[in-house]
Amino acid sequence: MNYFFQALADAFSLIVSLDSEVYIIVWTSLKISLVAVFAASLVGIPLGLYTALREFPGKSFVLQMLNTLMALPTVVVGLVLYGVFTRQGPLGGLGMLYTAEVIIVGQCILIIPIIWNLSITAAKAADPRLADTCKALGANTLQQGWIFVGEVRYALMAAMIIGFGRAIGEVGVAMMLGGNIEGFTRTMTTAIALQTSKGEFEFGLALGVLLMTVAFVVNAILQWFQSLNQ
Amino acid sequence: MKIKIHYLLLLICMLPGAGHAQDRLRLATTTSTENTGLLAVLHPPFEKKYAVKVDVIAVGTGKALRLGRNGDVDLVLVHAPAAEKKFVAQGFGVERLPVMHNDFVLLGPGSDPAKIRDAGSLTAAMTALAITGTGFVSRGDDSGTHKMEMSLWQAASIRPEGDWYLAVGQGMGAVLKIANDKLAYTITDRGTYLAFKDKIELELVYEGAEQLANPYHIILVNPEKHPHVKSKLAQHYADFVRSEQGQMIIRGYKVAGEQLFYPDVIY
Repeated sequence: MNYFFQALADAFSLIVSLDSEVYIIVWTSLKISLVAVFAASLVGIPLGLYTALREFPGKSFVLQMLNTLMALPTVVVGLVLYGVFTRQGPLGGLGMLYTAEVIIVGQCILIIPIIWNLSITAAKAADPRLADTCKALGANTLQQGWIFVGEVRYALMAAMIIGFGRAIGEVGVAMMLGGNIEGFTRTMTTAIALQTSKGEFEFGLALGVLLMTVAFVVNAILQWFQSLNQ
Repeated sequence: MKIKIHYLLLLICMLPGAGHAQDRLRLATTTSTENTGLLAVLHPPFEKKYAVKVDVIAVGTGKALRLGRNGDVDLVLVHAPAAEKKFVAQGFGVERLPVMHNDFVLLGPGSDPAKIRDAGSLTAAMTALAITGTGFVSRGDDSGTHKMEMSLWQAASIRPEGDWYLAVGQGMGAVLKIANDKLAYTITDRGTYLAFKDKIELELVYEGAEQLANPYHIILVNPEKHPHVKSKLAQHYADFVRSEQGQMIIRGYKVAGEQLFYPDVIY
């Protein structure tokens, strides 16, 4: 039991001491994952609504692909994007490897299928008369989409929260593409992996507790935004 | 709803930036230099002198050399002489510059069931490990330590296979913890051993053979292969680490009162 007590004590002192190194790690994680989830939503939500509301050839294949991509291992995204962004790769000239930006790209790819998929579910759960009303009133695709965003916003927000959870908790992309550089691309999960590799299991677990605390706070804030609308 | 999303976006934009203004030098190195804490005392004076930030990417030696080969880093600080020589011979690196050394040691449970302490030679020790099969934890990750371990098996004409041989594919610290939990033997660089001495029950069972030397070299990534590398800054780094100041920092770095690395440039 000593192990767990030590980890909890470490976690507590990490949170109250506001150690600048830990503070930077938490901010790096938050910044990357929040930008990633908003960017992924800008792509995933419109695609999701379009897929839900329109018929097009190959739709069932798209749905099947989306379900498959939900299982995408993070380290595979990391490996593929490493091949793209390494100096030898097609986008190597950008010099983006080992920056926060490239982690954002990776996390976007990871969570776009999730948000896309959950947006389909969200739109399908709307009152079936809504689409007909839109049609009767002569709304074009864009207008209809915007009406649906307003109508199913809670479900869309839930999709974003799930996407955020996947982004902030993943380690493969951040490690492969970010390189775990101290003060620059070290996120909470790569810091945990580092402490584990150093054999500092208690400190790693303490960082895990901290990560859950941060995720809890972010979700509380998002829920507060939701409740404002009710 | 719309306005509130704007607030959220604004909030994100206000999060502190990562800071791109400073010049950055990318160093791929091994977990052993990073995990022992040496770089944390070696880098600040260099960073101050040249107003630069050293980005440390701590991986196994195999991956570090791969990153150098792809031009993803400016220089490497590694410890696998054979692989280093190949790296330079193939034109990926400029030159191997000696920095420091320590040695590898064999660790095992205090009861020493394989009687490694009584082994007359390193080959006898490795043979005893394989024959008794009391458990050996290997890095298994193509790191410098792993390459050293494999060369020892090869020298003893042993193919390490079977239930007793665990290739875990993790960093040195994690391997020490695993060996500690499993009451198994393992091989580690002395630096990491000293840094972990208080956290594990494993004891030093074999040391001192010539084959166990562990030299670290800096290699600059060849700018002819990768014109974008910061070779001038990388040269400054190599010069600093090999300067009297750098070598004194290495000599003076102690964990629990014991010196971890021995400088290789004599002043």
